[in-house]
Amino acid sequence: MFGIPLFPDSASTVAADVDALYFFLVGVSGFFSILIASLIVAFAIKYRRRHVNEVGAQVQGGLLLEIAWTVIPFLITLVIFFWGAKVYFVMASPPAETLNIYVVGKQWMWKVQHIAGQREINQLHVPVGRPVKLIMTSEDVIHNFSIPAFRVKADVIPGRFVQIWFEPTKPGTYQIFCAEYCGTKHSGMTGEVVVMEPVEYQTWLSGGAPEGSLASTGERLFADLACNTCHRPDSRGRGPMLNNVFGKPVQLHDGSVVTADESYIRESILTPAAKVTAGYQPVMPAFQGLVSEEQLLALIEYIKSLSPPSEKAGQP
Amino acid sequence: MAVELPPHHYLNDGFGIKSWLLTRDHKRIALLYLAAITVFFFIGGAFAVLIRLELATPAGDFVSDDTYNELFTMHGIVMVFFFLIPAIPAVLGNFLVPLQIGAKDLAFPKLNLLSWYIYIVGGLFTFYALITGGVDTGWTMYAPLSTKFSTTRIIPAALGIFITGFSSILTGLNFIVTIHRMRAPGMTWFKMPLFLWAIYATSLINILGTPVIAITVLLVAAERLLHFGFFDPSVGGDPVLFQHLFWFYSHPAVYIMVLPAMGVISELVAAFCRKPVFGYRFVAFSSLGIAVLGFLVWGHHIFVAGQSIYASLVFSLLSFLVAIPSAIKVFNWTATMYRGSVSWQTPMLYAIGFIGLFTIGGLTGLFLAAIGMDVHLTDTYFIIAHFHYIMVGGTIMGYLGGLHYWWPKISGRMYPEGLSKLSAGIIFIGFNLTFFPQFVLGYLGMPRRYHAYPPDFQVLNVLSSAGASILGVGYLLPMFYLAWSLRYGPAAGANPWGASGLEWETTSPPPTENFATTPIVTESPYNYPSPVVKHVA
Repeated sequence: MFGIPLFPDSASTVAADVDALYFFLVGVSGFFSILIASLIVAFAIKYRRRHVNEVGAQVQGGLLLEIAWTVIPFLITLVIFFWGAKVYFVMASPPAETLNIYVVGKQWMWKVQHIAGQREINQLHVPVGRPVKLIMTSEDVIHNFSIPAFRVKADVIPGRFVQIWFEPTKPGTYQIFCAEYCGTKHSGMTGEVVVMEPVEYQTWLSGGAPEGSLASTGERLFADLACNTCHRPDSRGRGPMLNNVFGKPVQLHDGSVVTADESYIRESILTPAAKVTAGYQPVMPAFQGLVSEEQLLALIEYIKSLSPPSEKAGQP
Repeated sequence: MAVELPPHHYLNDGFGIKSWLLTRDHKRIALLYLAAITVFFFIGGAFAVLIRLELATPAGDFVSDDTYNELFTMHGIVMVFFFLIPAIPAVLGNFLVPLQIGAKDLAFPKLNLLSWYIYIVGGLFTFYALITGGVDTGWTMYAPLSTKFSTTRIIPAALGIFITGFSSILTGLNFIVTIHRMRAPGMTWFKMPLFLWAIYATSLINILGTPVIAITVLLVAAERLLHFGFFDPSVGGDPVLFQHLFWFYSHPAVYIMVLPAMGVISELVAAFCRKPVFGYRFVAFSSLGIAVLGFLVWGHHIFVAGQSIYASLVFSLLSFLVAIPSAIKVFNWTATMYRGSVSWQTPMLYAIGFIGLFTIGGLTGLFLAAIGMDVHLTDTYFIIAHFHYIMVGGTIMGYLGGLHYWWPKISGRMYPEGLSKLSAGIIFIGFNLTFFPQFVLGYLGMPRRYHAYPPDFQVLNVLSSAGASILGVGYLLPMFYLAWSLRYGPAAGANPWGASGLEWETTSPPPTENFATTPIVTESPYNYPSPVVKHVA
């Protein structure tokens, strides 16, 4: 309208759900705003003071009205609550089969690491029509990976992995913003998602990954850091065997059980004494400060690759 | 018949600088606060002007990125901690709590003066942080940016916030004790004006919530100085813990800002419709309801910060519940106008403006309480627009409306009616032009705290900046004409509005001891026709 943009691109499966809720909320808000404004203006005119000593009718209140304007708004808010929760459950529940891509935020850029080995900075290439899961962490402060056209965002927090997922519906180029204030060049921490037809995406993917896949980088690192002296492919190592570990429950020495997901593997590399596998001594040195976030991703991807695809729930 | 100022009143009871700086009179302390918060308001406003100038063009070409980041940080810190939180309680509350309950002063007059000095010392620390380099973390001071990565003056600013917090705590304590112990004979809880219910609820939040922000900023300072691992994950801390602590105070703080304004609006609507507030008890208890529920919703600020989805669901539901008492208030104010004698004098224009803007601010809060919607909107300009509708459209409209309503009581003189109506209109138009486009910008996805932005967003930003210049004029006008009226305004008389309420039963300005004799209350607070109406010329 008059050259003023009023509505953003809508380019993911969840965007339509969010927009439907948005229009409902705009309708509810518009209705009540106009109702209140009309009543105020009407009363202000109809009951305007006509002489200086005039007073209003001495009405104290009305119980039925009070109940009505307590219960009706309550019911409306319940509808919005359940609707908002329903949309959020979709956002928070990635499908079983996703294309996983790692993202590392740092002041002030986005580093993207594809499993096939490609690296990008401030760009993210994805295929259309396929669910994509971003596994993200930060090297320094809290950032936020936001793609308005997909209606998704999440804080990218140092020291842990966070995930978002989306399924692009339209090829094109869409804005990425850092939405959590992160210091001097916060407003420069932007980028773009390039959504491609599957065929083009395959071409792009085969275009160049000079160092090989992320898992193969991890395998080299695994040897360079001498991880393989204790974590051996047989059960004779001083550390637990890592084959077929990813995604499985792990019994800890204190009796509790954790799932070996990305966060657990990350923690076990950086601060191994925190959660020691039952039956092993806490002899592994801490790698906190010795491996970068990107090296961690490679190691994790290598450990994931040790679990055969057929048995890995949720992995492509 | 020409009205004249009474021969003896609190303003001519001593003239030297010491009679002000060592005063224990709640009315003079209110004026000390008025002077101080006005200074902070215009400092904070000047930062806003520079922010809107920068955002008139997409490129970051007016100030550097570091300067821009300091501008919005200092705008937030100054406006929140040194203007919005103290504005209505410390100025209007201080002036009115004893007058409205028929007391001579607050329960602890010396403590009241001490609160003002604590506020000033806190302000000086913040001012020191400002002139020695500023702070660039945003007023939210999220860790680990604030505890490790930022190189700016965080510790003095944090100390400023820490110190000023004690001023809020002591003032809250003073009000609570005063309202419990010093009500005039016959002034039962349900004969109290609704402004006092709002002040009481606000004081509860002040004494319960403020210690938490004090601890939080101390932890930030300790982590910066001594490298404790509270929040920094590289030494074993949790950065999201900071956000829980911060919002545990800072969400209730929104109600510290807006509840007193709601109390003012109840008074204005009753006085300018000459009618009891519709559903008095519902309005009174909704203030307490907001104060209690306000403590249970902080998690809606961190829906996208890795909070578990079940925690988010609970916080979402509770956030919707807090909308109900707010809605009750809006409906009751509107119903009060029905069959009223509605005056269009300036304070009523502010009250009507408040109801309109607060309604929009509250309704857009529903968008943000719905988790699936919040994910898209959080950290965008939608948030900025929403909370400015509540804090500026709500709190400042309430503050200015109250200041105009009680100005004859405070100063003994009337302000120019035509000019004040004009400025109320300018503020309403300027406000909407500034902040409504930001809702649209937010849905488009423009993140907050951006020094530069994509060119697509420019038209809406230009509208917003144009509105801000109108708004600025609207805020400057009252400062001039109110100051002018101190000397040249016609004497107001005890009750220029024909309003009910104990404060209108004494002279304008009141004597130092407020009332010649202790009033005995027999009527409900909004009892029209009150005896005084007949004396209106």
